[in-house]
Amino acid sequence: MVIGLSHYLTVAALLFTLGVFGIFLNRKNVIVILMSVELILLAVNINMVAFSTHLNDIVGQVFALLILTVAAAEAAIGLAILVVFYRNRGSIAVEDVNMMRG
Amino acid sequence: MNTALAIPAFGPVLPEIILAAGVLALVLFGAIRGEGSSGIINILALVLIGAALVAVLMLPSERVETMGGSFVVDSFAKFMKALTLIASSAGIILSLDFMRRAGINRFEYPILIVLSTIGMLMVISSNDLIALYLGLELLSLSSYVIAAFDRDNVRSTEAGLKYFVLGALSSGMLLYGASLVYGFTGSVSFPTIATTLQGSAGFGLVFGLVFVAAGIAFKISAVPFHMWTPDVYEGAPTPVTAFFAAAPKMAGMAMAVRVFIDAFPGILGQWQQIIVFSAIASMALGSFAAIGQRNLKRLMAYSSIGNVGFALVGLATGTSEGIQGVVIYMAIYLAMTLGTFAVILSMRRGDRMFETIEDLSGLSRTHPLMAFCLAMMMFSLAGIPPLAGFFAKFAVFTAAINANLVTLAVIGVVTSVIGAYYYLRIVKVMYFDEAVERYDAMPSGVRFVLALSSVFVVLYVLFPAPLTAAAGAAARSLF
Repeated sequence: MVIGLSHYLTVAALLFTLGVFGIFLNRKNVIVILMSVELILLAVNINMVAFSTHLNDIVGQVFALLILTVAAAEAAIGLAILVVFYRNRGSIAVEDVNMMRG
Repeated sequence: MNTALAIPAFGPVLPEIILAAGVLALVLFGAIRGEGSSGIINILALVLIGAALVAVLMLPSERVETMGGSFVVDSFAKFMKALTLIASSAGIILSLDFMRRAGINRFEYPILIVLSTIGMLMVISSNDLIALYLGLELLSLSSYVIAAFDRDNVRSTEAGLKYFVLGALSSGMLLYGASLVYGFTGSVSFPTIATTLQGSAGFGLVFGLVFVAAGIAFKISAVPFHMWTPDVYEGAPTPVTAFFAAAPKMAGMAMAVRVFIDAFPGILGQWQQIIVFSAIASMALGSFAAIGQRNLKRLMAYSSIGNVGFALVGLATGTSEGIQGVVIYMAIYLAMTLGTFAVILSMRRGDRMFETIEDLSGLSRTHPLMAFCLAMMMFSLAGIPPLAGFFAKFAVFTAAINANLVTLAVIGVVTSVIGAYYYLRIVKVMYFDEAVERYDAMPSGVRFVLALSSVFVVLYVLFPAPLTAAAGAAARSLF
């Protein structure tokens, strides 16, 4: 069997869906949400590189590198905010992120 | 390799270069001088933004592409950049007194504002998906930190956390959409995408378009991606909320126009439905959900959702007239929202801030001038002539009718009437309820912002021509 573009796209779509469900179905821990976000970005990178090879165009790979960089910065900022939140609230459970409702 | 690389023209990027170089110098300065330097850094940041504003106004009016085609400057970019810079400087001016009295006057605040402003300017001028994404991330990452700026306050940090989680999700969706658009058109550059897509689009591309639209809708807090707005607006420190309601909205709306008009003009039929749906849902939610709110910041969050819906009516037309309406709407919305937040920021006695509607009770007897200004803002937000807000709504609804979107315009008028209820209730509370104690005197920065926006909102009817002409030129530069 030849592994073609559609296989890569399917894997990426599955990873993306997993990431989105990970954010919405997870009731336990904010860290899991951060991991799900990384999963989403990973799915995008697979898409980008697959399209880049398929189209024989380098731009997709450049885009993927930039996404990797930004994802690292995003994770750093997310963890920093999470640490500050933990100091104030004493918990990082998702159901404790509930001071404001209405 | 014998590819000769031409050095790109740096002139059109001058505002961003000024801000980027300046903000790096400010970080260094703040790190060396330490905690006590927030006053001087605030002033220097305002000077930087002012310099960038001058540079923006001196940009050429015709379309110029530079940086290998990633960056574009035209009248539209000029106008929206000017609005964004004004909004950002108001974000700093409104914060001066508040941050000092709350004991969080750290020098990072103006620096983060300037950083996110660079992101906004990049987004407004982006001409390909990569530049769009990088600008958007610079804007968002700084915004998450600004939302959690009061780091010892559980509400502020929770606001930051919520903003971060939902923001990261939305930029993931935007990226996924961008990857599909890239894959199915073979290019990330907006003009190339536009020439590739004429008439109809395949399923994969429409899928990508929907994801891109979702990411953009999140940034401008359009329904169904508005969930973060009330919580973040309520939890963040009030000057930060004012900044969020003003500057990123300008950039986000400019980004929406840029993407849909520059990159997808050939498949108007496909994205028009998305925008029409989002506009109707935003207008409806903005007017119904705000009715039950007591907290003014939360109320303004719903109000901003509604206002974005009205602006999207203009975008949904996809015509030059509609974009002119969007630009006029955003300019007037900026004045109205900054004026309202200036009043919210001056509701303070000693160390306590007040932010519910009841706290405005009898304001007309304790602070007649402030009450009058807020009443003008409310009448204007409700869209009552002859105030500026009426002309903003008039511009987008006329464009919608001329583009045969009569139903959309009718729904817009109906929701605007429903929304008038909660704006007018604030006026009623101020003028007819029992007076409460006086508030402290208004800080001078807040007074300055309130005075400017009130004058604009009240006197716009006398001098509408400059704004309309500039907005018209901005809109025509896209077509």
